Amino acid sequence: MKYDAEVKISLKKGMLNPEAATIQRALALLKYQVEETQTIKIIKFTMEGDGEELVRQKVDEMCQRLLCNPVIHNYEIGINPEE
Amino acid sequence: MNIAVIRFPGSNCDRDVHHALELAGGKPEYVWWNQRDLSSFDGIIIPGGFSYGDYLRAGAIAAITPVIEGIKEAVGEDKPVLGICNGAQILAEIGLVPGVFTNNSKAKFICRWTDLKVKTNRTPFTSMYKANEVIKMPIAHAEGRYYNDEIEKLEDQDQIVLAFEGENPNGSLLSITGVCDEKGNVCAVMPHPERASEEILGSSDGLKFFKGMVNY
Repeated sequence: MKYDAEVKISLKKGMLNPEAATIQRALALLKYQVEETQTIKIIKFTMEGDGEELVRQKVDEMCQRLLCNPVIHNYEIGINPEE
Repeated sequence: MNIAVIRFPGSNCDRDVHHALELAGGKPEYVWWNQRDLSSFDGIIIPGGFSYGDYLRAGAIAAITPVIEGIKEAVGEDKPVLGICNGAQILAEIGLVPGVFTNNSKAKFICRWTDLKVKTNRTPFTSMYKANEVIKMPIAHAEGRYYNDEIEKLEDQDQIVLAFEGENPNGSLLSITGVCDEKGNVCAVMPHPERASEEILGSSDGLKFFKGMVNY
C-alpha cells in the first residue's frame, strides 16, 4: 500500500528564528502589524508500507536520523493512504 | 603526520587548509566523501564550504556520508579531528561535539576578522596557545550561532575552545564559537585558522592550530 507522508519541522519554543523576525519586520514595512511569526518547513513524499503505524515509525526514524536536529527542532508527522 | 582533508560537493576551503597544513609541516591528502576507510591517516580536517548546498541544514547531509564512519573510527582511536566552519557544523550534526551552529541572530552572512579568546589549550589544536590568549582570525558564515541546552556541562568539562572577545557578532550563546568533545581530540570551530596562517593574509595567529595538530 502507498502512503502520503508529511513532516512538519518547526523550531522549539523559545528558539530564536531570524528568518521569521525578518519577515515580520518586512510585513511591518507594508503596515501590517503581526506577532509571533513562525516559519515551518514541510517535507512531503510518498512511500510503500504495511500499514499506517509502520510507515509512521519509519518516518519518525528518518526525522531522528536526518530530517531534524533534536537540539533545536520539534516535528509532527502526518500519514495518509495515497488518494 | 598524514592528514586527511575531507572533500564534499560544495567544500571550498579544502585547498586553503591543504596549504596551511603544508606550512605547518604536515602531509595533507584530499579524501572524497565516499571513502569509508581512513585508517592510513593520523588526523583529519573537515574544511569549510557549503556541502550539499547547505540543504536541509548546514552540514546535515554531509553528516550521513560514508566518510563519517571513518571519522568516527579515528575518533575512537583518539586521533585529532578538526572541523572548520561547515566542518564544525558537520561535527555538531553528527553529535561528535555538543550543541548546534544555527542561523546568525541577524539574517546576514558575516565575513570579517574577529578577536577570539582561546578558552582551553588542552586540545591538540590549541596546545601551542596560552590559555586565555586573544588571537585574530576571520569568520565567514550565515549559520554560526552556537546553541546548546546543556551549557553548564560544557563549562564544567572544559569543552569551550574559542569565544568571541568583545562583540558577539552572530549571537552565539556565551559568545562561544569553538567547542570540543569530552576528551578534547575533536574540535569544531567556526573561525577560519587557515585564513590566518600567513602574515600576508593579515594574521598568522591561526597557523598554530595546524602546528599543534602536526606535533600532536
